[in-house]
Amino acid sequence: MSERSNEPVSAAWVTIARVARPPRPSALSNALGFGWRAVLKFKHVPEQFFDIVMSPVMFTLLFTFVFGGAVAGSASDYLQYLLPGILVQTVVFNSVYSGMGLSTDLDKGLFDRFRSLPIWPLAPFAGLMVGDVLRHLIAGTLILAIGLVLGYRPENGVPGVVAGFALLVAIGFGFGWIFIVLGLVIRTPTTVMTMGFTVLFPLVFASNIMVYPTTMPAWLQAFVAVNPISLTTTALRGLMGGGATLGEVALALIAPAVLTLLLAPLTLWLYLRR
Amino acid sequence: MPPGGLTGRVIRANDTAIMTDTIAVTSLPAGVASAGAPAVFARGLTKRFGAVTAIDRVDLEVPHGTIFAILGPNGAGKTTLMRMLATLARPDAGAATVMGHDLLTAPGEVRGCIAMTGQFASLDEDLTGRENLVLLARLWGFRGRAAWARADDLLAAFDLADAARRQVRTYSGGMRRRLDIAASLVVTPGLLFLDEPTTGLDPKARQGVWRMIRGLASSGVTILLTTQYLEEADQLAARIAVIDHGRKIAEGTSRELKAATGSGFLHVTLADTGQLEAARGQLARLLGAPVQHSPEGGALSGPVASAVEANRVLGALTAAGIEIAGFSMGSPSLEEVFFALTGNAEAAPEEGGR
Repeated sequence: MSERSNEPVSAAWVTIARVARPPRPSALSNALGFGWRAVLKFKHVPEQFFDIVMSPVMFTLLFTFVFGGAVAGSASDYLQYLLPGILVQTVVFNSVYSGMGLSTDLDKGLFDRFRSLPIWPLAPFAGLMVGDVLRHLIAGTLILAIGLVLGYRPENGVPGVVAGFALLVAIGFGFGWIFIVLGLVIRTPTTVMTMGFTVLFPLVFASNIMVYPTTMPAWLQAFVAVNPISLTTTALRGLMGGGATLGEVALALIAPAVLTLLLAPLTLWLYLRR
Repeated sequence: MPPGGLTGRVIRANDTAIMTDTIAVTSLPAGVASAGAPAVFARGLTKRFGAVTAIDRVDLEVPHGTIFAILGPNGAGKTTLMRMLATLARPDAGAATVMGHDLLTAPGEVRGCIAMTGQFASLDEDLTGRENLVLLARLWGFRGRAAWARADDLLAAFDLADAARRQVRTYSGGMRRRLDIAASLVVTPGLLFLDEPTTGLDPKARQGVWRMIRGLASSGVTILLTTQYLEEADQLAARIAVIDHGRKIAEGTSRELKAATGSGFLHVTLADTGQLEAARGQLARLLGAPVQHSPEGGALSGPVASAVEANRVLGALTAAGIEIAGFSMGSPSLEEVFFALTGNAEAAPEEGGR
């Protein structure tokens, strides 16, 4: 280098090299930085709205008009039963996205950069969660709007809907950890999605989202009764449509609480160990 | 680390204890981490993946303010060595200080003074170039407008101002590479790791990246880069460590490495490549040393002591019926150095540039 360094030290390089190092930011500031990234993703990849909203819209329309009469006597009666369940299904299915995004980031080496920064180690995950929460709120709002157009009426009004959406965000947050862990362990994003749906499909269908469990065999009813998806759906129906008990809401919150307590430390361990 | 175990021990370069496989991971004594320490000071670094020893007791000393190259073929362990020094992989044995901080006991402090640009662009393809840099500036603690200003300074220095508002997925390979290096400089590191900075770039883009690396070094940043291109190490680095199969097999300036192989090298070009094997055998016997041939075909080379000896060898070759199209004497190329060090032509890195 010495005999070859014929390049003068240009002003641009001096500017680059002589920057004053800012004070180390707080954990919250780090998390907000990653949250901003999640928001930018919505701006630059608007097609993801199509992904997150289309299948629940199809489910709502198909089930309401094709099976509604058979299950509940009329399409409008069935919609009243189905819509809170579809909201739960939407949020649970969409919780796969963070894991896929994480797997992509790891695959591309982006997380190696994040990991070599002196930041709060959980901040990148907080950013994923911000993206999740936004996704759940946006998808939930769109599905609810379509429901309202089709004739769904939340008897508890705005407070019920707000409480219901808070519950949805909580369940999405809890399930999100499952796919973040999978995203950390599995290298290919599509495998994360396939594995995710392999787990989620039985959980979502063997629940009280679409049909009354009373028509199912006894062994399946036993599973449906304790399925966290059923518990959440029951609580959400109560919160939005009336008649929710504190016990129902508490039961619905067990799954996200347990998932977070178990999987958040596991996530951190897997992440730091890689 | 064994509790209270080896922390007080002074580790010297030729301390035989650290050359054994059984050594536990230790931390260097505080004295080594003092102000006079080099940018990187590593002793006996070892990393195993299962039964495979990826890095085998490597010692490294990188002086401040220089460009230092780790040269080796694919799979030699260059990336693993760099990832260990950048706190991304934990050594199984050995010890190191990076910018005066102990790699094992103070990884956070190490991260505070280094930056690493990996082999594959670690950028968010969905975001624009500018947003990528602003995100990193915010993570480093630049607030509000200062984050955007820092991003714009970097984009200007790396000739990316015109592409600042485009999504990274639309960038060419050279642009990504430059943005990736810029992303490592949001806060100027004392030490910058560059893992194969020009692999996969066309010659023009490669020149651009070299110019950036020289510019950075001239502003005082210590740079540790890995490369499989001899030309790159030769062009950029003040010192070169040659790595093969996880071991450091040589280290020095490009000139020293060439000198260590032997002052003189005889290069012979054959008129008929059909005579290659015969000529090779003859030449090896006459020189009394291993002979290598260039991958292109009809050229052989080997160490020779003097012009008189070269003359004798050429005469004997011709007498044996080998037709010679041309010959020359000179110092060995880095490729020949590498061959002489590894004794394995297949493992020799390809010549840079393409």
